[in-house]
Amino acid sequence: MKYYDKLIFGLSKERRIGFSLPENSWKDRADGIPANLKRSSPLDLPQVSEPDAVRHYVNLSDMNFSVDTGFYPLGSCTMKYNPRISEEVASFSGFSGIHPLQPAESMQGVLRIYSELSDWLCALTGMSAFTLNPFAGAHGELTGLMIMRKYHLSGGDTGRTRIIVPDSAHGTNPASAAVCGLEVVQVKSTGEGLIDMESLLPLLDETVAGIMMTNPNTLGLFEKDIHRIEAAVHAAGGLMYYDGANMNALLGKVRPADMGFDIMHLNLHKTFSTPHGGGGPGAGPVGVTENLKHLLPMPAIRKRDGTGEYEIAMPESSVGRISGFMGNFGMLMKAYTYILMLGKRNVRKVGPYAVLAANYVKESLKDRYRLPIPSLCKHETVFDGLAACSGDVTTLDVAKRLLDYGFHAPTIYFPLLFHQSIMIEPTETESKETLDAFIDAMKKIADEALTDPDLLKEAPHNTPVRRPDETLAATHPVLVYQHKP
Amino acid sequence: MGFAYFPHTDEDIRAMLDKAGAVSLDSLYSDVPEDVLFKGEFDIPDAMTEMEIRRRFADLSSKNRKLKIFCGAGAYDHYSPAAALSMISRPEFLTSYTPYQAEVSQGTLRYIFEFQTMMSMLTGMDCSNASMYDGPTSAAEAMLMAMSCTRKKKRILLSGTLLPQVLQVVETYMGFHGVGLDVIPGKDGESDLASICRELRSEDVAGVLVPGINRYGIIEDLSGLADAVHDAKALLAVYSDPSSLAVIRTPGEWGADLACGEAQSLGIPLNAGGPYLGFLCCRQEFVRKLPGRIAGETVDADGKKAYVLTLQAREQHIRREKATSNICSNQSLMALYVTVYLSLMGPQGLRRVNDLSYGGAHSLHSRLLETGLFTDAFGKPFLKEFTLRSRLPVDRLQKSLLDKGIFGALSCGEDLVSFCVTENRTEEEIEQVVDAALFCHLDICRDIVNDKLSPDHEILR
Repeated sequence: MKYYDKLIFGLSKERRIGFSLPENSWKDRADGIPANLKRSSPLDLPQVSEPDAVRHYVNLSDMNFSVDTGFYPLGSCTMKYNPRISEEVASFSGFSGIHPLQPAESMQGVLRIYSELSDWLCALTGMSAFTLNPFAGAHGELTGLMIMRKYHLSGGDTGRTRIIVPDSAHGTNPASAAVCGLEVVQVKSTGEGLIDMESLLPLLDETVAGIMMTNPNTLGLFEKDIHRIEAAVHAAGGLMYYDGANMNALLGKVRPADMGFDIMHLNLHKTFSTPHGGGGPGAGPVGVTENLKHLLPMPAIRKRDGTGEYEIAMPESSVGRISGFMGNFGMLMKAYTYILMLGKRNVRKVGPYAVLAANYVKESLKDRYRLPIPSLCKHETVFDGLAACSGDVTTLDVAKRLLDYGFHAPTIYFPLLFHQSIMIEPTETESKETLDAFIDAMKKIADEALTDPDLLKEAPHNTPVRRPDETLAATHPVLVYQHKP
Repeated sequence: MGFAYFPHTDEDIRAMLDKAGAVSLDSLYSDVPEDVLFKGEFDIPDAMTEMEIRRRFADLSSKNRKLKIFCGAGAYDHYSPAAALSMISRPEFLTSYTPYQAEVSQGTLRYIFEFQTMMSMLTGMDCSNASMYDGPTSAAEAMLMAMSCTRKKKRILLSGTLLPQVLQVVETYMGFHGVGLDVIPGKDGESDLASICRELRSEDVAGVLVPGINRYGIIEDLSGLADAVHDAKALLAVYSDPSSLAVIRTPGEWGADLACGEAQSLGIPLNAGGPYLGFLCCRQEFVRKLPGRIAGETVDADGKKAYVLTLQAREQHIRREKATSNICSNQSLMALYVTVYLSLMGPQGLRRVNDLSYGGAHSLHSRLLETGLFTDAFGKPFLKEFTLRSRLPVDRLQKSLLDKGIFGALSCGEDLVSFCVTENRTEEEIEQVVDAALFCHLDICRDIVNDKLSPDHEILR
């Protein structure tokens, strides 16, 4: 990675072009748009040649860390390898030119992928039906909560306006609940990092719509009381929502439906290996049990009985439309391909290998980093900062120093249960050699924290830029390029 | 047998288990209740090789029909430059995470900053976020934002001339969020500004959403609307096709507070509906209420120019249930696509795209009217999409077009059909649409002669 300081606007020169378009053959056609409906202000888009543009963006890319260049120990993000075959087939021309409103008969290949992927996700999770329309995990949460609310409302139960969310939950859980018009009630964790049954039980009354859970939770721990939780929530008339952010731990071993969950979402960009793309596009399919099927959003893709043909339906019972069309179809193709590559046997190893890697890292680092909960973990493990250091070296300093060693930083200061959280999720696609190199780097940093704390406080030293001034960015926001005269 | 994405050898597994203090892979799940562990067989296919996958996709691909697209309605078949697709395939962009670690994410942060700048330029707004999921969800977020900017207000107004999917998604979001919503039916193919202004008098309205170019393809005249909305202390959002904003009056020029919409029209392939790209831009005073990620310029510890995600106090990972939105993952890679597209096109290319689309659409429009089989529905100015009244039964017309490999004449209710022409359509293809309509007419006449249709059929009138 090397520093490159230009913006595309700096490469612009009047009358340069980077496009290849025919001349306007319709010149005889007078422009009939009234003057007051036309743009009057100038449009200062850059004017660059194609070679200049390509070089610029390749140079930008060289300032990025990525899965293809190094290891991301990012907790709760499941940064696994993104297969190349998925990229290849997703760009097949037989799909890229399909208009989403084309008649179903003219896009049976598209609908078949959608329908089969839904079926496979059902098989892997135990759910009865999936919609693939939601664009991301948080969008899936919102869709799932809409289903939960509509379920209660259509039964005439209008008083269920509260949702229970553990204090260790991802920020999207309470945020999605708020967008869905639900009041968030936080439930505490025990000293062992699990949902506190003593705190949960009194909350369960006729105002509760349900509970949102990740299992394993964000501490990487399996909620052992899942049966008791499920029985209590259901007895109180609530529904169980499964946030699939941590599904990689269970893939091939445990199906959310078997734990008693009624509604769930999956993050295809985590568990099913579609690339993160610098923050998206992802996909957040939502699965439900049989009795909630009719509430899934429209459009719904169905197999027409007996014909082997697929159709697009707009069920009236649905929560409504939550996306313009049928979701991020390109991402669905990639997840579909990944499942085909894995097959029914290899899929059983995804969870176990991910869990093996996390426990290996946990046991290898627990002497040098504080491990608040020493029990068996699932796909990720959480440390509470350095075991020993001189001066005031923080988790942030450790994370920044790790960049110097060629690794991405772990997720830090989350979960909020500890002050110095370092959350590490190595996935099943990382080799033992890679994990060993990471462990070595973490140990060296622990040494440096004792012998040369300033080295950490000032890290990183050899990245394209060093620590940015975030306060300046927030107090004097510069959010667009200003042409300098 | 090994598997290409699992690097583990038996010795590696043994060594790792030993370190982890576990006797077997199964024992790693000893904390999971026995009855929850799945023991059956998963009903998914057996593993395939890459060769088999290629064959399967070739087969699936053959079950799709590649049609000549004469339909818009929120997804446009514009030209995609080769370099844009090539840039989003760069592994350093494709396989990177959200740029929270700014020191190793300057590539992503810079293109987001460029994207924000270009979208602000196009819409005539002060700032933009780093992207939304798609157009309809960006409209829903714009209305949630209007609610939060105007505090206690309870209701929003939508023009009935917005695309149906935009109305539906906003209705879904608002319904669950507990916001009152009124759709004001269009008048003569345009937003009914007089009725909207009348509704504003009740002073409980937080936001008004109208299209710049509407579902019928008409370029709307929004004169006076912004003043009326602002007098009622509400926010005006204009739903726009950003490709058209190179030539059409911008949301900023109409006095809007928010601009939202679908940026797929900026060269993103149709791809059966996604991934596309929503955008949301606003005036400076509202930036702290903008949902989603925003990149900002700053300096690093050595004083070098650097970019970071900023104003994060708005976001879910900090504010939880008090965040301005629940959005986390967005459509970042598609924002890169559009940034590269706009760099290559520049002002001249985007102008050319609009000129070619305008010329083609107006040519098809007059050719279809000349057949006598259609009448103009509203007689209002349009750019690349237009709506006609069809004397031919809509389903038969669509079928005649499909027989010639054309997707067009999208039904807009009753006897209304819409067509869209982009620079990707040739004069020859435009000719084929006219031929298909004429053929459809002939076919109907033949049915009447053969007594398959009544001689009272309206086509003979």
